[in-house]
Amino acid sequence: MSIDKDKIKHISKLARISIDSKKSNSLAKDLTSIFKFIEQLNELNTDKVEPLSSILNTPLRSREDQINDGKIRNKILENSPKKNEEFFVVPKVIE
Amino acid sequence: MSEIVKKNLSEIIDLIKKKEIKSEELANLYIDKVNKSKKLNSYITTCFEHTIQKSKEFDKKPNLNTLLPGVPLAVKDLFCTNGFKTTAGSKMLENFIPQYESTVTENLWKEGAILLGKLNCDEYAMGSSNETSYFGNVINPIAKDTVPGGSSGGSASALAADLTPATIGTDTGGSIRQPASFTGTVGLKPTYGLCSRWGIVAFASSLDQAGPMTKSVKDCSIMLEAMAGFDKKDSTSIEKKKENYSKNLKTDIKGLKIGIPKEYRVENMPKEIDELWNKGKSILKDLGADIIDISLPHTKYALPTYYIVAPAEASSNLARYDGVKYGYRSSKGNDLIEMYENTRSEGFGDEVKRRILIGTYVLSSGYYDAYYLKAQKVRQLIKKDFDENFGKVDAILTPSTPSSAFKIGEKTNDPISMYLNDIFTVPVNLAGLPAISVPAGLDKKGFPLGLQLIGKTLDEQNILNVAYAFEKNCNFKNEIKNWWL
Repeated sequence: MSIDKDKIKHISKLARISIDSKKSNSLAKDLTSIFKFIEQLNELNTDKVEPLSSILNTPLRSREDQINDGKIRNKILENSPKKNEEFFVVPKVIE
Repeated sequence: MSEIVKKNLSEIIDLIKKKEIKSEELANLYIDKVNKSKKLNSYITTCFEHTIQKSKEFDKKPNLNTLLPGVPLAVKDLFCTNGFKTTAGSKMLENFIPQYESTVTENLWKEGAILLGKLNCDEYAMGSSNETSYFGNVINPIAKDTVPGGSSGGSASALAADLTPATIGTDTGGSIRQPASFTGTVGLKPTYGLCSRWGIVAFASSLDQAGPMTKSVKDCSIMLEAMAGFDKKDSTSIEKKKENYSKNLKTDIKGLKIGIPKEYRVENMPKEIDELWNKGKSILKDLGADIIDISLPHTKYALPTYYIVAPAEASSNLARYDGVKYGYRSSKGNDLIEMYENTRSEGFGDEVKRRILIGTYVLSSGYYDAYYLKAQKVRQLIKKDFDENFGKVDAILTPSTPSSAFKIGEKTNDPISMYLNDIFTVPVNLAGLPAISVPAGLDKKGFPLGLQLIGKTLDEQNILNVAYAFEKNCNFKNEIKNWWL
């Protein structure tokens, strides 16, 4: 699979990362060689193999949906790059 | 310069327990050397006021019934530390001050340890040479202009340079074992689920594990004992009783079966590494172990599998960095989407972007089956290779890395050659197994090389024992000359 500039544009849009056109040339080159490397996997027939998504045999533990660490609003807001009283501030989304 | 900082963790603990040194004196010895060692760039943040205050509190009322009484420790800057900057080596988190503590570090403080500072690492733990950190390259104390390995490069460098008596790192594809091998130190990646991931900046959640990095195998057992344990805040944490790794450490390995996988003899591997591997085999054989040739046929597919699974999980984990709730935020952009795009473009470095893009692509519509599902199937085959062989052998011996430490800049232009560093370490992460890298010898440049012991699930005690026996009979000596002072 060869990755070209158009593909980089498409993926970077999906990933929400702006990439300038100079960077996108070198990225296309890097990703092409990485995908060539990755595609060694096609040598293997895996038709009858179950995919492995977790190495633990047990299902993930879940907990009761209970509030147990409330009243930490100010702590959560502490690291916000832009806030207004108790709100996170983002650029205007509705005209 | 004091000789005390050169000592192993276990010796330092003895000094404190015998009241031959106070915690505050010890802290000052390390602080002094850290201050004189800025050239290595192994620390991102120090918190010496906190260290001194805590050590004074300890000395006033010393509790000696803990594993790490009054011992100052620096940790990889991927562990959230309440009130102390946690950057993950990224511009994105340059000013991030966690409001909570990671479980693993909390466990260390409960055992009496005291935070010295936060250690440099590759950005979001993505790298094998510590050259992707926003805070600059870390130098290997072995030699000028040489990388310490990565991603836990600051941890390995600080440990080998005596800037912390022991430390912790994280290992997603080799990030503890490879830098340990490059610096002549011991590094262990535990079984997936043994150490809690809660409060560790996430890279690839099905592979990430925290583990100890130390100057000796005994130290490693002490640190593992302190940090491991069930945590209900990590949904993949294994529910089991705590083990006394340090107390149960023994050198008797008679009758143990050690597997030697033929697939780890890769093309172009330096002769020295092959010789070292043979040396390892004969040491273990002389100690009464049976050496058995085995085959792990899917080994060569581990790295390609890893470079689908890890970026896929990373692209999902790193979606949270949007410039809204915490972290860096770009001032450019006319609307919300542009703000996101500029924040992520300016906040992430090149390697992180590369991996997010790979991950986004392999998970994108139309490509999921061809890449991600395929990788999950091959991951199953890699795990099966190990499962089948662990019926026949008790542990597996391999080299830790395909080379010794390389020069800064030597591999930065070719991502694949950088990725190949992890060829011997990655299969273990994919299979969730424990593995330890132990220093085994020096190459002709005088650079250290390590051997890796891979164990069965939750068989940390066994690989620690084999490593302990090996260490006692290997006579490895690290030759670090303090040239930077």
